[in-house]
Amino acid sequence: MTVCRRSAALLAVSALILGGCSSTGSEGGGGGSSAAGKVTVEWWNIGTTEPLKTVYATAVKDFEALHPNITIKNVATENDAYKSKLTTLTQSGKAPQIFHTWGGGVLKQQVDAGLVKDISSEAAPWLSTFTDASLAAYQFDGKTYAVPYDIGMVGFWYNKALFKKAGIEEPPGTWTQLLDDVKKLKAAGITPIALAGKAKWPGHYYWAYLAMRIGGLPALQKAGTDKNFNTPDFVAAGQKVKELADLQPFQRGFLGADYDKPGGQAATMGNGKAAMELMGQWAPAVEKSSGKGIGDDLGFFPFPAVEGGKGTVTEAFGGGGGFALGADAPPEAVEFLKFLTSDAEHRKAVGSGGVLPVLKGEEDAATDPNLSVVAKNLASATGFQLYLDQAYPPAVGQEVNDSVAELIAGTKTPDQVTQAITETAKSE
Amino acid sequence: MNSGRRNPRSRALRGFTTILLFLLPALVLFLLLVVAPIAVAMYTSFFKWNGLGGLPTEFLGLGNFERLFGDPVFQGDLWHGAVLIALSLVVQLPIALGLALLLNQKLRGRAFYRLLFFAPYVLSEAITGVLFMMILEPESGLANQILQVVGLGGLDWFADQSTVLLSLFLVMLWKYFGFHMILYIAGRQGIPNELIEAAQIDGATGWKVFRHVTLPLLGPTIRISVFLSVIGAIQLFDLVWIITDGGPTHSSETMAVTMVQFGFKRFQVGYASAISVVMFLISLVFALGYQRFVLRRDLQGATTVLRDQR
Repeated sequence: MTVCRRSAALLAVSALILGGCSSTGSEGGGGGSSAAGKVTVEWWNIGTTEPLKTVYATAVKDFEALHPNITIKNVATENDAYKSKLTTLTQSGKAPQIFHTWGGGVLKQQVDAGLVKDISSEAAPWLSTFTDASLAAYQFDGKTYAVPYDIGMVGFWYNKALFKKAGIEEPPGTWTQLLDDVKKLKAAGITPIALAGKAKWPGHYYWAYLAMRIGGLPALQKAGTDKNFNTPDFVAAGQKVKELADLQPFQRGFLGADYDKPGGQAATMGNGKAAMELMGQWAPAVEKSSGKGIGDDLGFFPFPAVEGGKGTVTEAFGGGGGFALGADAPPEAVEFLKFLTSDAEHRKAVGSGGVLPVLKGEEDAATDPNLSVVAKNLASATGFQLYLDQAYPPAVGQEVNDSVAELIAGTKTPDQVTQAITETAKSE
Repeated sequence: MNSGRRNPRSRALRGFTTILLFLLPALVLFLLLVVAPIAVAMYTSFFKWNGLGGLPTEFLGLGNFERLFGDPVFQGDLWHGAVLIALSLVVQLPIALGLALLLNQKLRGRAFYRLLFFAPYVLSEAITGVLFMMILEPESGLANQILQVVGLGGLDWFADQSTVLLSLFLVMLWKYFGFHMILYIAGRQGIPNELIEAAQIDGATGWKVFRHVTLPLLGPTIRISVFLSVIGAIQLFDLVWIITDGGPTHSSETMAVTMVQFGFKRFQVGYASAISVVMFLISLVFALGYQRFVLRRDLQGATTVLRDQR
């Protein structure tokens, strides 16, 4: 009899589990609008930390006060978790009504799968208020699929005190000067550069920037469409990376170092143990949170020019964040995007230090001195290139990261790097 | 249960329906959550598919598998797996066995030591990973600080292609030896003391008792422990993912890590499925072969011969 009872219990449990399974699939996508003219719009974002958490919450409250018939469901998910959550949903053939996107290749794949709404005509009235650099990541074949909310760029963050100690008067303007400064820093017993070798993506900045400076922006776009990176310019970029790596400028154990973990790139820089790092606009904040932060000693200079290269020092490399709409998003979702990116509303976000200006003439809203430098550099930028691991399809971007990491570690040659990337691009 | 008033056939039929009825929920779950995903992975492994939108359409045949076995990264995965298996068998199991026999002696605080050695196994892989990342951090980690005090230069541990695999094994050893130790203690306690005493009366010394009585009788436990070690090494993922991400330059990558890289970072879900299928086949062939040839004696009178027991 005990056997029977146990089986019955198992049956009951199984039924419960099965029942539980069947009642879940209603998340995201589809539904939203309901009776009585009330509309609920789901908004997936990554605003889990301050200051954006409050900015978003306030924006939702203000918008709902203006539009009593619309309810915004604010779904905030932590950055990495967000990526896998969104991937899971898109793999099932659905997309949230409003969702955070970094643009580029990932967004393009979602667009090709028919999951994203083309907002070219809906957003036309206010698309011209954005700077060109900020919109670049979300436009394919002349159509716009998202509105920008944040933009940033990568550049060298340096420790003024350590530069002075090594006898360096001012930040380098050319690649040769940079290499000279690295030698001077080494001679003074200072680790010149902090790098997160384990994370890989910080390493690809060097290769990408060098490719931009040597081959110019069109070369990077052409390589993406032709699926061919086997050109002298890209090989030259690899050789320059190798030139730098051969000087052994990085901190001890950099191959195992993460970016924002204890002992990682940001902590090394933030604790004053390295003279510079090539990183995006978030660097000062992360240096402070994973290390002590170096306060007023921190300075910024754009990636130096390469002598004889086709690119200029004013071309910026970076990325931002924006909001795209799911294919079947209601018109109310467009209304919310318009509100979020209106001058008055977006200035609040910039003022909080959470994002950088994306609207024309908004630069003065950035109050933090470090962010203000980046904003000014961006405002005067003559060209803009999105992060390669986002501009190209995900597989190509990852191959760039992987191969450049091997180049820096010395297990791949510059030729092998361009070959590996080309091969992956062709297989996409 | 039933007092055989009906004829045997209808009784058998009723028994069968009862079994089926009670088995159904578990069977449905098993089919839905185990068999179906395996079938889907096998299906998608023949396609080039990024996992977005509808079903895969671009049929490649065995293309993904050809690419897989030609890829140096995957060949590296197989090699790393083999190295980790060899190290587990040669280093981890003897240590676990030795400690188990030691802790089987009557010594003071025996329970405390058992608990202590078993503790790492209870920790989650994530915590273990982060812990050792800090201890083995080259610049300011505890391990190198100690080595410097002793006068040695210190190692780069996870940050050097040549030491990363050994460092990783060190973490695995620390994490899992307690589990195997408990297996062995349980196995040892199953050996009746009369046998040991009889051997001692016959004049066997400590080593001889171990070699000719304890070790043979621990056979089934050792075989199970080897089985679990090998399967664990084939499937190894979480520790590597947290500590090294497979790096530097793929020198600590395992099959599972490569699979996740391609499936969730590069969105080449078809190719990643091919990796998962190969992993599954390796595990399956090993598991079946091992059960068929090595565990045969241990399994006698167990699951395989249920009918005879009735």
